[in-house]
Amino acid sequence: MADLNITMCGRNFKNPITVASGTFGSGMEYSEFVDLSRLGAVTTKGVSSVPWEGNPVPRVAETPSGMLNAIGLQNPGIDVFLQRDLPFLQQQDTGIIVNVCGHSEDEYLQVVERLDDTDIDMMEINISCPNVKAGGITFGTDPKGVESITKAIKAHTKKPVIMKLSPNVTSISDIARGAEAGGADGISLINTITGMKIDIRKKSFVLANKTGGLSGPAIHPVAVRMVYEAYEAVSIPIIGMGGVATCEDAVELILAGATMVAVGCANFSNPKVSIEIIEGLVAYMDEMNIKNVSDMVGAVHDKY
Amino acid sequence: MEHKTVEIISQEKLTEDIMSLWISWEPDEAVIPGQFINVYLKDPSRMLPRPISICDVTDKGLRMVYRITGAATGTKELSGYKPKEKLRITGPVGRGYPVEELKNSENVVLMGGGIGIPPMLYLAKSLGGRCKAVLGYRDSSTFLKEEFDALGCRVLLSSDDGSVGVHGTVLDAIAADNTDCGVICACGPKPMLRGIKDYASSRDIKAYISLEERMACGVGACLGCVTKTQKTDDHSRVKNARVCVDGPVFLAGEVAL
Repeated sequence: MADLNITMCGRNFKNPITVASGTFGSGMEYSEFVDLSRLGAVTTKGVSSVPWEGNPVPRVAETPSGMLNAIGLQNPGIDVFLQRDLPFLQQQDTGIIVNVCGHSEDEYLQVVERLDDTDIDMMEINISCPNVKAGGITFGTDPKGVESITKAIKAHTKKPVIMKLSPNVTSISDIARGAEAGGADGISLINTITGMKIDIRKKSFVLANKTGGLSGPAIHPVAVRMVYEAYEAVSIPIIGMGGVATCEDAVELILAGATMVAVGCANFSNPKVSIEIIEGLVAYMDEMNIKNVSDMVGAVHDKY
Repeated sequence: MEHKTVEIISQEKLTEDIMSLWISWEPDEAVIPGQFINVYLKDPSRMLPRPISICDVTDKGLRMVYRITGAATGTKELSGYKPKEKLRITGPVGRGYPVEELKNSENVVLMGGGIGIPPMLYLAKSLGGRCKAVLGYRDSSTFLKEEFDALGCRVLLSSDDGSVGVHGTVLDAIAADNTDCGVICACGPKPMLRGIKDYASSRDIKAYISLEERMACGVGACLGCVTKTQKTDDHSRVKNARVCVDGPVFLAGEVAL
């Protein structure tokens, strides 16, 4: 029987499958459909220092094999997260990765410090959201900026810090190196690709924010390429994401170099898809006679 | 709310672009009028479920009446599905109309505009027909009108082009009729709901309105389909309620349209 156990940043997870931040709420909403204890980890919606309102509607639009979103990181803030959402997750017997967002370095640090005393497994720092005007992606598109924010966060927590990277850059390798140089314990990629959709009858934008982040199977090949490049560039572990809708998609990312894989907007097409992907992974490993999932990580690379 | 596979029982055209779809449904599964079903399409390139309101629930199954919104949309694909085909859904989703409260109210007036008419049928049925139904159409291509008649509701009509009923909106229809509104329940396009919200608040009438917004997950997780609210709500802690699970039915005074 295939062994799905995986270690990332010194933490053990029962399998490499998690969910992508923002697609799964705090886990509570999907617990009606998914036994959360079967997931390697739940990655939460981005949490900020105070409640955020997000963007005006329409916030979402379907596109071929994908969707655009410009939610704008609406969330109830760290106080509510610690009082309501975290206690719920702690009862689920699953790994907990908390996504952190902020408009400024100080806002990130306020959340990071509050999370440092909890028993969460890892923090994922969102320096790549294309839908907020300050913070988000502005921290994530320059290697020096990434290094600097990573360093600041690492100085405020003992928890493993995963920097979530944007694909909206010329060289993902340089950005990944920036995170590693700043002391990141891992990186996750890709966040959404900035896109736009126009309503030709109204001669106007479909999204109130004009632009939004593209996710879904349409972006999966971009994710595979970028995870591959990041794996070549750095030696810290990677959470791969971007358009994972099937077990095959997850396997591609693992072979490209991802230690863990997050399922994102496919949850919207099938609320149970994360479990189906875990089951598919077992079947694939049995078929291919692979004993440990860790043996698959980065297997397409020939750097050693 | 459950994610499951159901079977299509039948599907027929009511007008050029309005379809009536029956799916299999366990009779003991309670549905509240105003709730909706997330329908997942078979074409995998269409990622997102389509939220479709529930028009009726009987021993035969659950009925959804929807509009085909364009030649290449998901609703066009859905309209081609045949009896015995399987369909993935989640549902029933959301907060519906307060049926018990309405049963104990006088002069309940239901207002449906266009594709906002179908959920009103199940509500009228749940009230035993003890209500007035004001139905607003685009033109003479009416649908479901006879079924409201059959429930014993008093039915008023309006149309955008004046070809049936009062020329104008559902509000023009109740003005022409001098309708005394005790409680209003409405579903329809946002401009109609804005008009009803203003009408109700200026006359101190209680109004429940069912909102529509572009949705992604359809189960309360993604925060795509929010509506501005007057007060900070317990879930979001900002003035943004989720249309899918905190609604789609809201008291008109709760939301800012």
